Amino acid sequence: MSQPEGKGSGALQVKFVPDEEVLKHIADDAGIKVRKDKTQLTVSLKTFVKKLENISDDEDQEILEEKNYVAALGICAQDSMGNGSSVSGGEVYSFQTPKRSSKMAELASELAQTPGQSVAPNHSECPEKTAKTPQSSSNKKKEFVSTTPYRLRKRLAAPDPYLESESEYSASCSEEEDEEDQKEVSTVLSGRKTPAKTTAASTPPPRNTLAKKNKESKMSNLVEEYFEAHSSSKVLTSDRTLQKLRKRRLTQQTLCDLLKKAPLAYAAEIKELNQQHESLFSKWMQQLHWGFNILLYGLGSKRDLLEKFRTSVLQDSVHLVVNGYFPSITVRSILNSITEEVLEHIGTFRSPLDQLEFIIKRFKEDSSLELYVLIHNLDSQMLRGERSQQILAQLSSLPSIYLIASIDHINAPLMWDQAKLSLYNWLWYETTTFSPYVEETSYENSLLVQQSGSLALSSLTHVLRSLTLNARGIFRLLAQYQLENKDNPSYPGLSFQDFYQQCREAFLVNSDLTLRAQLTEFRDHKLIRTKRGSDGVEYLLIPVDDSTLTDFLEKEDEDV
Amino acid sequence: QQIQEDLNKQLFDNLVSFLRRSHSEFQEKTTEWTCRMKSREIPTAALVLGVNVTDHDLTFRSLSEVLQNNISPYIALLEAKDCTGVKHLMQKLLGQLMNCYIDVDSLEDEDCVQVSQNRIRCSMTSLINWYESVTKKTDSETPRKKRTSSSKHWQSPPVVVIFKDMESFTTKVLQDFIVISSQHIHELPLVLIFGIATSPMIIHSLLPHSVSSLLCIELFQSLSSKEHLLTIIDKLLLTAQFPFKLGEKVLQILINIFLYHDFSVQNFIKGFQLCIVEHFYSQPLSVLCCQLEDAKKRVNSLSHNQCENIRRLPSFRRYVESQVSEKQVALLTTDSYLKEVIQKLLEDLHVYHENYVSVLRCLHVFTSSLPKYPLGKQIRELHCACLENQVWETEEYESSLQLARMLNKSDLVTMLQQCVEIFVSSSGKEFDKTVEKLKEFLTQFQKLEAEAFQEQDVSVSSQKELQKKTDLYHLQKTLLELKESRRSKKLTKFEMLRFEVVDYIDSLVRNYLVPADHKTLHEIAYFNTASVLREHLNAAPRTALHTALNNPYCYLKNQALKSDGGSISNKAPDICIVYKLHLECGRLINLVDWLEAFSTVVTAVEGPNADAASSDQVDDIIHARFIRAVSELELLGFIKPSKQKTDHVARLTWGGC
Repeated sequence: MSQPEGKGSGALQVKFVPDEEVLKHIADDAGIKVRKDKTQLTVSLKTFVKKLENISDDEDQEILEEKNYVAALGICAQDSMGNGSSVSGGEVYSFQTPKRSSKMAELASELAQTPGQSVAPNHSECPEKTAKTPQSSSNKKKEFVSTTPYRLRKRLAAPDPYLESESEYSASCSEEEDEEDQKEVSTVLSGRKTPAKTTAASTPPPRNTLAKKNKESKMSNLVEEYFEAHSSSKVLTSDRTLQKLRKRRLTQQTLCDLLKKAPLAYAAEIKELNQQHESLFSKWMQQLHWGFNILLYGLGSKRDLLEKFRTSVLQDSVHLVVNGYFPSITVRSILNSITEEVLEHIGTFRSPLDQLEFIIKRFKEDSSLELYVLIHNLDSQMLRGERSQQILAQLSSLPSIYLIASIDHINAPLMWDQAKLSLYNWLWYETTTFSPYVEETSYENSLLVQQSGSLALSSLTHVLRSLTLNARGIFRLLAQYQLENKDNPSYPGLSFQDFYQQCREAFLVNSDLTLRAQLTEFRDHKLIRTKRGSDGVEYLLIPVDDSTLTDFLEKEDEDV
Repeated sequence: QQIQEDLNKQLFDNLVSFLRRSHSEFQEKTTEWTCRMKSREIPTAALVLGVNVTDHDLTFRSLSEVLQNNISPYIALLEAKDCTGVKHLMQKLLGQLMNCYIDVDSLEDEDCVQVSQNRIRCSMTSLINWYESVTKKTDSETPRKKRTSSSKHWQSPPVVVIFKDMESFTTKVLQDFIVISSQHIHELPLVLIFGIATSPMIIHSLLPHSVSSLLCIELFQSLSSKEHLLTIIDKLLLTAQFPFKLGEKVLQILINIFLYHDFSVQNFIKGFQLCIVEHFYSQPLSVLCCQLEDAKKRVNSLSHNQCENIRRLPSFRRYVESQVSEKQVALLTTDSYLKEVIQKLLEDLHVYHENYVSVLRCLHVFTSSLPKYPLGKQIRELHCACLENQVWETEEYESSLQLARMLNKSDLVTMLQQCVEIFVSSSGKEFDKTVEKLKEFLTQFQKLEAEAFQEQDVSVSSQKELQKKTDLYHLQKTLLELKESRRSKKLTKFEMLRFEVVDYIDSLVRNYLVPADHKTLHEIAYFNTASVLREHLNAAPRTALHTALNNPYCYLKNQALKSDGGSISNKAPDICIVYKLHLECGRLINLVDWLEAFSTVVTAVEGPNADAASSDQVDDIIHARFIRAVSELELLGFIKPSKQKTDHVARLTWGGC
């Protein structure tokens, strides 16, 4: 614990230094004119602090107003909303209020504290707290550094003629031009601005602007906040990365094992929930037969529920299960399985539309044909496209095809327009299960950063094994070079000429052309990526992260 | 439950027949104007259909049916999604035309199948060739055909091409098609029909002048979907024949969805169907919800359990309590007596419905012409108001009566006549008296008219009197008298009669427009669980997610999860904690900070027994749990991986959710 603390104090120091020390540093160089700049900076700091207060004052009011607005919007539906849902739209769709990045840690400690008080009174020594402090302070520092100039810039850009000249002035200041230039500017400006060299004279104008700013700010606060959150390129988060955590990355396998060990919380309650949903099975069946299709939504994996539905009700009927979350599922494969497995048709179709037509025709001809289609995650990456939804909708509109599907994504309903909705003829059922999305998230590309890259590694080795010895050598060279440069963050890749040189030296290729042919092969297998630098030179990169690459090289060495 | 199917069928029949009616006018016009085809110009009909896209399908189907029967057998329905290029369009067109050709005369189908099989190039020329061959054949076979339906068709029936959704066609395809076909208009009588959802201006914005000048466009406006709704409500809800009824709240929801969401009649019908299904599924006594005669039969075959069910109905209990004690005992113990009573009650209910509808219409006649429409313009609003509570107690009713007392005579007379018509056409037996009464009113009004002439004479004479030269005192006196008489004149016979009429209507309303839930056994026919309907038709998946994440106690009834206000218990499921933490962040989230905050919370729950070393290096299990929660959030669409900064994810939601 001592180490982070030490780091933290360092961060603290950095935090208090910059404003003055940086300025002093500049002042030494640029002399008197910049002193004015400095005062401006400090004043702007003050305004910033004040503004912060303003914001927090306004925050509540704004939230209130937003709620009113949302309420007004929803007023038509309000009377119909009535008793059922307790959550108003305002809560769900409210605008984002500016969040300090430290709030997350604060909330965490707050949450953590609640039991802490009951368990141990002297909790202040608890590691959680100390873990939190360095983080929040470093965040604060970030915030200050990045925001102040932004504010300053904005204030200077305010539509005030006087200010405009000011801004010219300070702009030239910040450009750190020569004294002569400065004087020229100041002589061009009228007399009031020339005494800007004395700090006393330069202070009042910012105060004026402060007053004006306050008036303005109330009006434009909301707009500003939006753009602050969205357009500013600076993002106020700490720079820490997972690698610094000295944490080995978990592979898919270990992750699964670990999660199996962790007990599922509230198992009893979840089971109860599931039983509630299961009691609806017979109702679902009836409604499916009445020509409706059933759509399940709500938090938690609905896979088990659908499985249960399948095993308990659909055992004796023809049914098709589509795992929408599977990364390589396509509509074509769904249609294929219908035509081949259900209709036992052999042959191919020119387009999915033809196939669909064929299916529709068959089902219309033979009224005894019935098919239940279960789709897990109708809103998955592969199925959410417009065309595939259209096809599925048309499929589901057939009277003898019964569709029961689940969605998870918050914006899933946006997939459908009126026409598709009417084809689908949904009946919505809320089935919140709280059960973990084990299967749905188990495919590697759905995991963010912690993924092991084992898939990439195996594909690498497989592809390379099929290549000639020389080709493998070429790839090795590139990989080694990339690893040597892994600490260089602006490493552009290996330029083609250099690479050619190296390959020649290692007797791997004998001409420019052979190397190019080899590289084309790599590119086709997506083993390398080329990009052109600013100087027009071609750079080669292996788009695999470093750890995977190291593993790969080690394995290669073993093989050799 | 076969009744249900019957009902559904009836529903659709109604709609289809209505649509057909509304389209007969189009079709008449079409026939007229296809006759005067101009050279080089393709006759085109632009059908403005309104925004209720979902209904268009049905409309077009019935339209093409009508056209097929009356004008031409050659009809092609094209949809934008099938026609991504001119080639596809032609393919579809040819396919449909040749298929329908097969439909018309199945004798030559072999030829046609061959044609469609070796259809290599689908071009306009092949179309023309086909058309010529077909018409020639029909010409040569006319003697044989005359008996059949084709006698209705003309010698050279036009080929009708319907573009279902004009807006979603790509402009290029449309332009090309129009230009090409205008070249061939001499050989091929072609008629285009555009379905338009927005406004007719779209044709001109889609097509440049050079192309649109090739068309001879005539505009048709289809009926607005509101009118469709009106007829449906009229036919389904405001009849006594249809035993199933909607409760007030349910009807409100359905109408709100219609008015505020989609204007789609089809969706309205879907909601209605759902109501029926739900009613029959959830209400065990709904077996009695059928035509009166069937219901009476079914009452006799009720089992003991079902009788018990009836006894449990709240409205029936109220009825029992209002009876004398011996009867109460009999009702609660003997099934046979109960059945008798139920039959009577059902009959009452039926009669009530009959009376209700006609009185409602009558009241609507009165209120719909009042200024500012205190009780609503449409009959559905009035219906809702009457279902909700006792309508005569509402303020709106008061004000509308006030206004009705100020109506002029001619309006009043026409209204009364309308009411008489309504009552005469209604089947209720009790209305004979009412009709008589109303007729009496009418004759009185006529009498009044005659009297009015006389009165005028009187007033004229008094005026004359006034004109006699008198002294000031006399003048004053006569003026006072006049004034007096005028005051009393406020209650002229006409006004008295008017009051009488309004009072009579009022009494009718009080008698017959009792809200349905005051009636015994209304549960059998009325569907009232509005929440079910809203849940299934107008679901809010985002709200559900939000509540599940913010307040897991809603779903998981565990005491540990109970929390107040916006805060969340730290014992909540992992995903809730992770979600709560991510709400505190801006656009980008640092995964390390997030993980740390998460582990802070989780370790605090598990107790402070963890030593310093393990808190520094986050526990593997916690790490795994965190990974799972984060990837779940990603699946739910709250975050996505970001490339802006290493180990950061971007937040996708904007705001509290």
